[in-house]
Amino acid sequence: MKTNDVILQTTTKVVFFIIFLFSIHIFFAGHFAPGGGFVGGLLTTGALLLLLLAFDLKTVQKALPFNFIIVIGIGLLLSLGTAAGSIFFNVPFFTHAFDHFTLPLFGETELHTAMIFDAGVYLVVVGSALTMIQTIGGDA
Amino acid sequence: MTNMINLLLFPIILPFLFAILLLFFKENIFMQRLLAFIGLTVSLVAALFLVAKVKTDGIQVITLGSWPAPFGISMVSDMLSALLVTTTLLITLLVVVYSFTSIGKERERYFYYPAILFMITGVNGAFTTGDIFNMFVFFEVLLIASYVLIVLGGEKQQLRESIKYILVNVISSALFVITIAYLYSVVGTLNMADISVKIAQVGQPGIITVIAVLMLIVFGIKGSMFPLYFWLPGSYAAPPVPVLALFGALLTKVGVYAIMRTYTLFFINDIGFTHEILLVLSILTVIGGCIGALAYFDVKQIIIYNIVIAIGVILFGVAQMNEAGISGGIFYLIHDMLIKGALFLLIGIIIYVTGTSNLRKMGGLMKTHAPLGWMYLIAAFGLAGVPPLSGFIGKLLIVKGAFEAGTILGSIIILASSLVVLLSVIRIFIYAFWGAPTAELPVTNHRSYRKMMIPAVLLVILSVLYGVGTEWLIPYMADATDVLLQPSIYIDAVLKE
Repeated sequence: MKTNDVILQTTTKVVFFIIFLFSIHIFFAGHFAPGGGFVGGLLTTGALLLLLLAFDLKTVQKALPFNFIIVIGIGLLLSLGTAAGSIFFNVPFFTHAFDHFTLPLFGETELHTAMIFDAGVYLVVVGSALTMIQTIGGDA
Repeated sequence: MTNMINLLLFPIILPFLFAILLLFFKENIFMQRLLAFIGLTVSLVAALFLVAKVKTDGIQVITLGSWPAPFGISMVSDMLSALLVTTTLLITLLVVVYSFTSIGKERERYFYYPAILFMITGVNGAFTTGDIFNMFVFFEVLLIASYVLIVLGGEKQQLRESIKYILVNVISSALFVITIAYLYSVVGTLNMADISVKIAQVGQPGIITVIAVLMLIVFGIKGSMFPLYFWLPGSYAAPPVPVLALFGALLTKVGVYAIMRTYTLFFINDIGFTHEILLVLSILTVIGGCIGALAYFDVKQIIIYNIVIAIGVILFGVAQMNEAGISGGIFYLIHDMLIKGALFLLIGIIIYVTGTSNLRKMGGLMKTHAPLGWMYLIAAFGLAGVPPLSGFIGKLLIVKGAFEAGTILGSIIILASSLVVLLSVIRIFIYAFWGAPTAELPVTNHRSYRKMMIPAVLLVILSVLYGVGTEWLIPYMADATDVLLQPSIYIDAVLKE
């Protein structure tokens, strides 16, 4: 029997972007409010999981043609690179740097190397969660 | 290189970096081998520089993120941890070279080398950290990588044993967290030097002794101490030989190191009770291991039970809490890492040549594989502690320390255990190498046999040099012993910045 899930798919197309934007918001909020790379990454995974439920594995793989193991690798490299950058300045590993910048559109913003580290965490979380889902859910 | 303050982190960061890089070349086996080899070589060079630096400048300390000492995570490299890190990288490098010929392409394609490098990151981190929770994290890093290695390949036995292995380790890790939580609620700090200071201030009330015993249980499970080694023989027999060599040489020793560190740094104010327990359990570990080593006709199981014996011997030395005992423990710890690596690689070759691990089905290998036989004999004598080979000086010092401390019965058991060890490994020699050749040996490739011999022979030679060059090693061991016997050296190095 062919099921008809027009309502689910249409809702998903709207809700996906709301969840995704919220996850980005949570990710950037991390330094001064609850949030950060881990929950941000999990929320993004949640959004992608909704896509997987409403459509199927093949469609989502076609829309997001990433090898998620490579995503994990890039995330780890980002985090390690941020932490190891301090080696070149001969200060202890993991020493972070920050400063205030006046950016167009955002106004005065505090930019922090901890955010690059968090971006690495975000990518590792998304990458490993989706690797698991694809491996368990896939046929192979 | 002179004032490179991050040097002590290189043996941790470099394997991690190369493990990440390997994730990008899943299918390219040549790149996997090349990068794993380069990564471990570079890390080994860094570790050797670190040993030289610790020798000239004393304990190396760095507190991550430029925070002051008890608030950030301190990484501390004293002589003991620097030597252990170097030994770890050396053994891993040789095991990886051995894996090139023996592990098989299928495993190499599925993240075999990255898993090894991640595991080494965890092992080196656990040896170097100066923060008890960070030690837990590094334990998990090495354990999760070891879960991958034990199950990789997906044979039936591997699947069954990995379930046991993971179950036991998850439980012990949970207990580790609970123990740290108790400790934190009593002393309010996680930095190991600071914990030592705080415990000395309150003078070790009963609750601290309870925590000491809990830690002994946690690290006893990780390091396979009596009566907590029940998981080890089955689990270690499951994975292929190079993985077994890594596990046998490194993983249990991390547990032993953790016991050595906590029992010489934290729980030193009421050693009558805690160290007595350690002493009794270590003797029982030796006895349990001896029974197992004699009981089996399976080469893997015999050497696996010899791991248990060695754990008992090392902890027996540490429990004496005098100079000879502890320095003997350190000597024996590094000897045992080298010799277990060598023995596992050699029995791996025996199994490869004969196609079985059952002693009763072997025989007459001396006629066809004489170099293998002689190397095995040297390694076996080294394990038993025949002078001037590597196992001698450590056990001599341990027994000396025990006689000084008045544990006569214990020392006699340790000495008698050497005979059992010798008997158990010589039995392998007699059954496998003497006698008439078995009806037919499976056809083996002589090229790959020779390639597998190279790292095994190198490890045997290293262990012989370790025994012969004892005189040259003594200043290093003395530095390592001083830090363990006088925690104030460690505390001053960490907290006085």
